Amino acid sequence: MSEIISGIAASAGIAIAKAFILENPELAIEKKTVENTGLEVERFSAAVEKAKGELQVIKENALKELGEDKAAIFAAHLLVLEDPELIDAVKTKIQNENVNAESAMDEISGMFINMFEQMDNEYMKERAADIRDVSKRVLAHLLGVQFSSPASISEEVVIIAEDLTPSDTAQLNRKFVLGFATDIGGRTSHSAIMSRSMEIPAVVGTKTVTEKISSGTMLIIDGLDGKVIIDPSNEELGMYKKKQEDYKAQKAEWAKLVNEKTTTADGHHAELAANIGTPQDVKGVLENGAEGVGLYRTEFLYMGRDQLPTEEEQFKAYREVLEKMEGKPVVIRTLDIGGDKELPYLDLPKEMNPFLGFRAIRLCLEQQDIFRTQLRALLRASAYGNLKIMFPMIATLVEFRSAKQVLLEEKEKLVNENVSVSDNIEIGIMVEIPSTAVLSDRFAKEVDFFSIGTNDLIQYTMAADRMNERVSYLYQPYNPAILRLIQMVIKAAHKEGKWVGMCGEMAGDPIAIPILLGLGLDEFSMSATSVLPARSQLSKLSKTEAEKHVETILNMDIAEDVVKFVNENF
Amino acid sequence: MAEKTFKVTSDSGIHARPATVLVNQAGQFSSDITLGYNGKNVNLKSIMGVMSLGIQSGSEITIKAEGSDADEALAAIADVMKKEGLGE
Repeated sequence: MSEIISGIAASAGIAIAKAFILENPELAIEKKTVENTGLEVERFSAAVEKAKGELQVIKENALKELGEDKAAIFAAHLLVLEDPELIDAVKTKIQNENVNAESAMDEISGMFINMFEQMDNEYMKERAADIRDVSKRVLAHLLGVQFSSPASISEEVVIIAEDLTPSDTAQLNRKFVLGFATDIGGRTSHSAIMSRSMEIPAVVGTKTVTEKISSGTMLIIDGLDGKVIIDPSNEELGMYKKKQEDYKAQKAEWAKLVNEKTTTADGHHAELAANIGTPQDVKGVLENGAEGVGLYRTEFLYMGRDQLPTEEEQFKAYREVLEKMEGKPVVIRTLDIGGDKELPYLDLPKEMNPFLGFRAIRLCLEQQDIFRTQLRALLRASAYGNLKIMFPMIATLVEFRSAKQVLLEEKEKLVNENVSVSDNIEIGIMVEIPSTAVLSDRFAKEVDFFSIGTNDLIQYTMAADRMNERVSYLYQPYNPAILRLIQMVIKAAHKEGKWVGMCGEMAGDPIAIPILLGLGLDEFSMSATSVLPARSQLSKLSKTEAEKHVETILNMDIAEDVVKFVNENF
Repeated sequence: MAEKTFKVTSDSGIHARPATVLVNQAGQFSSDITLGYNGKNVNLKSIMGVMSLGIQSGSEITIKAEGSDADEALAAIADVMKKEGLGE
């Protein structure tokens, strides 16, 4: 009998394959006496070689999929396995103490882990985790435990895991991993965002997949409706194969719109842009026919490394994006670190409420050397395309004015150094804090544009932590309170002749799109893969009609009514 | 035996990536190679040894090589130090 588990549809599509359970097994190490130590040393060396082979594959995958920075992590892992201090110490221990390889490896690596953990440097402390990772890999080989490394997958599977970390996703081979389902996470969690950029179907937040599914079970992942079907019947298989075909056909239909302009049924133009995190993402932006980059999250330049990126490194990344976009608008957001995104090397104190704490522009205005380096890199890159600079987490006009002042100072310095800088850089802000939305009429006089960041605007307006599943019911994009704030911002901007974009998940949401169109949103920025479906949807909508419905919608009581109304009227 | 003292000039001292490059280079030679810093000596072929020192910018380190290819080893390491902007 089949069983159906519901979750959050994180990435569209249907995947049908056997389950591959991704788990970190607890390894039980037993200390034993061995007679033939020579044989034991050989056994140890063989396990190390196997682990090295795996790491080599992982490193190469990471290099292909995620770039040099991430691959360096695995290069370091490999070196740990080649470290004579570690390897020789284990061999000596086996020979001198007549102990088994498992216990020798466990004790020696434990000593190193301890040593790194004791250091009063965050970065060094994290290296302890690297050593633990590597040692576990060797121990698993010694014990003959199947270490479910995603890099070892060599047949078509769907991955089942509690959650997927960035280093897990670094190891996924798209040829074999057809989809995944996780216990935890929401639409904006790391795993969900990754699944969309990898364009594989995913269902997250199911709570129970790891508990209910065993390795090798046949599964259907329905990333359209957020369902996981365990051990499907022939009838279900047939139904979902049909659904898979239909979705493919629809995708082919969308593909025809790649080079089309986005025009509504009554002839209005709306700009559809894409969100990116790295220069590599531009490929997807162009393939999906986006008309610009509405949000370039620069955080990734700062993450997964041990020091700040230099001005030159940043300049190269920004220039690459601007050049590849060939004059199409590119909105680059200055560093938005803090909250759930930490940089160990900045050594910032832990906070009780990181989302309400020292992050983004707050940090940049205080640690101005970091901010100025980024602004210089941005200004230098501006000569290579159509750059717009956006400040995140602005709560007051004082913050905006200070940030703009720093930008103008750096620009003047560069001009004095005879560096070419564009004279037409628009300067805008993210609207994600309710105070800024409420005061948008005053902001509109000073900024060149707004971009509404709905993920944070919703969590701050509803006072609901978007990482906390128990309050996830309060994450309500269609709550009339949110819609009224959005309307307020758009009206204020248009009154001053400024444009408004939206770069949260909501901008690509088929239920939100008709409402946003009616509210007069100018630019919709979303995951690259949502651009074509959105273009197709907008081509069937009439802006005049949408405008007529807006007043009714904004006078509703609850989000559920809004959804019902949209489903019935658009 | 060959020996050379370097002044570390990179802003962040000798951290993960540069340490990786140094250790990789040292591993190419059969000589015993050590890195001395702050009164401690570690095997330069050991990534954990090198990283455990937490070498800061501006400090002095001494690299010693002993063996049949000691001179080549030291020259190659000096080259890496320079290329990686670690120090001279």
